[in-house]
Amino acid sequence: MRTLFDKVWAAHVVVAETPDTPAVLYIDLHLIHEVTSPQAFSVLKGLGLPVRRPDRTLATMDHSTPTSSDQVFGGVPIKVDAAAKQVRQLEQNAAEFGVELFGMRDARRGIVHVISPELGCTQPGMTIVCGDSHTSTHGAFGALAFGIGTTEVGHVFATQSLLQRKPKTFAVNVEGRLRAGVSAKDLILAVIGKIGVSGGTGYVLEYRGSAIRALSMDERMTVCNMSIEAGARAGMIAPDETTFAYLKGRPRAPQGKDWDLAVARWRTLVSDPGATFDASVDIDASALEPMITYGTNPGMVVAIGANIPTKTGDAVFDKALHYMGFHGGEAMLGKRVDVVFIGSCTNGRLEDLQAAAQILKGRKVAPSVHLLIVPGSQEIKRAAEAAGYADIFKAAGADWRESGCSMCLGMNGDTVPAGQYAISTSNRNFEGRQGVGARTLLVSPFTAAASAVQGRITDPRGML
Amino acid sequence: MEPVIRVHSKTVVISSSNIDTDQIIPARFLTTTTKEGLGRQLFADWRYHADGSPNPHFVLNRPESHGAQILVAGRNFGCGSSREHAPWALLDFGFRAVISTEIADIFTGNSLKNGLLPIVVDAATSAWLLEHPGADVDIDLESKRLTLPTGVSVSFPLDAFARHCLLNGIDELGYLRSKTADIERYEAARTW
Ligand code: SF4
Repeated sequence: MRTLFDKVWAAHVVVAETPDTPAVLYIDLHLIHEVTSPQAFSVLKGLGLPVRRPDRTLATMDHSTPTSSDQVFGGVPIKVDAAAKQVRQLEQNAAEFGVELFGMRDARRGIVHVISPELGCTQPGMTIVCGDSHTSTHGAFGALAFGIGTTEVGHVFATQSLLQRKPKTFAVNVEGRLRAGVSAKDLILAVIGKIGVSGGTGYVLEYRGSAIRALSMDERMTVCNMSIEAGARAGMIAPDETTFAYLKGRPRAPQGKDWDLAVARWRTLVSDPGATFDASVDIDASALEPMITYGTNPGMVVAIGANIPTKTGDAVFDKALHYMGFHGGEAMLGKRVDVVFIGSCTNGRLEDLQAAAQILKGRKVAPSVHLLIVPGSQEIKRAAEAAGYADIFKAAGADWRESGCSMCLGMNGDTVPAGQYAISTSNRNFEGRQGVGARTLLVSPFTAAASAVQGRITDPRGML
Repeated sequence: MEPVIRVHSKTVVISSSNIDTDQIIPARFLTTTTKEGLGRQLFADWRYHADGSPNPHFVLNRPESHGAQILVAGRNFGCGSSREHAPWALLDFGFRAVISTEIADIFTGNSLKNGLLPIVVDAATSAWLLEHPGADVDIDLESKRLTLPTGVSVSFPLDAFARHCLLNGIDELGYLRSKTADIERYEAARTW
């Protein structure tokens, strides 16, 4: 009786783990980007080594790339000098080591965790790594996917393998159905609120239950994406018909007879009935409300209609509220909003933009608010334009950009000014994450769009 | 890599819990393509005012912190992003060990690969350390023991392989490459 994780792990063990030595684990797909790869390429150069499997390696640029069209396509130089250098460095490294790169002007470029599924590179049962903690996103397909450091990026370059200790397993059982206006983002924020920001440390999470089965792939990716925000390096969802329907016909998915063989194999990737987990938690999806963070980590989260909790004698809690300019006991609804960011590898996919468009259609962004909407990939940008969402955004007064990480992290020119309140569909509300002194509140695309219209924190359910 | 056998130093205390890697080194400094010099930007948003001048109240800017090699922090240190720039910045600043009751997974792996010791201790030891900044602490990798100036000594967990590599200055990539024949066999045997 094995869990989904056990099956994927076992299929990739090259050398078994012993008390004295970790397992050698084979890596099927290595995704790289400009920020965490340069020092790893330098190690290869120093040792005179090639990339062992360029055919299992895929590069893109997303973190430090600008999102304004004139800098991406218009020939205007990238404003941030060091970022321009990083982009050039990746271009050189990819060419030198024979790694496929979706560069700045490539129609397939986008956030690394958005494009790999979109192309069908991400497949059930794979081991997938990237020098990026949100690699957990790909677990939505039943892959074992986790973030690694730059030294490990070098290990995978050189050997297509990693030294790993087997993690423990954690079942996150979510039954019931999400109510209208309550999204996958609210679900995962509720999970993090319940188990805490270190509750998943040392574990691989498996999201299970009827509420998870009912989610689309875009929604499953939102859930798995934030596993790391609970401390878990990976989160997985067993593949099913929804997964197969998503992958079928994608450019890098198996085709023809290979497709049938692959699906037959993928169907075995479920936790056996009676398989045991090292830990578990139960969540009732039908009781969930739209969620919003009030502090400086994703575990500091409440239902949108609730008040900020009060705690006495907790210096860390006080420091977080002080940074946010909030007080214990205050209501979240109605608080001022300065910037709204809709995008990122958490909520920058087409269904997220569709949710935003549903709210913004025929409405205007409050004059005091800057609404930035950034698609997760160029493919999603084109799809959103074809579906008419982009026109709705522009008519509402939103700023519609080229794809990239953008305001999710302040390193590409898109930042939240110090002291301002940013309602964001991204994944981290850490101090300074979106810019020095920026105050981030994490929400769903519905809540972000509704709050942009009102200029205040707003429950989206009144606007659907 | 240089072998790491023992760290003996006074401590610096930053008692916050959940210190994430965006605090250790903010994203805007990640545009570098090398590992060097990141110590200047360690805890940048806590260490410097908006105009770039040092904040004299922040512990790393105080004279008594000078030369300290051990950082004592609240629980769940190093959570968030996988950036290896975090241990690079801590090492470049001069730290050799971080002590907490809980240390995030990816940060732990990244630290061990660079010779920065992630030391997890029990709540009582942590509480003592948090209350005694500047205490002289001894961390011995051979015996896996941490000794306080009071004479109290506790053992700490450390993966056997990581410890072996640290004590002998072994680079993990060298070990992994010694398994090339196994990797080739695995690749050849894969039917899917
Ligand atoms: S969108 Fe944000 S979280 Fe996702 S990869 Fe980019 S920076 Fe990381």
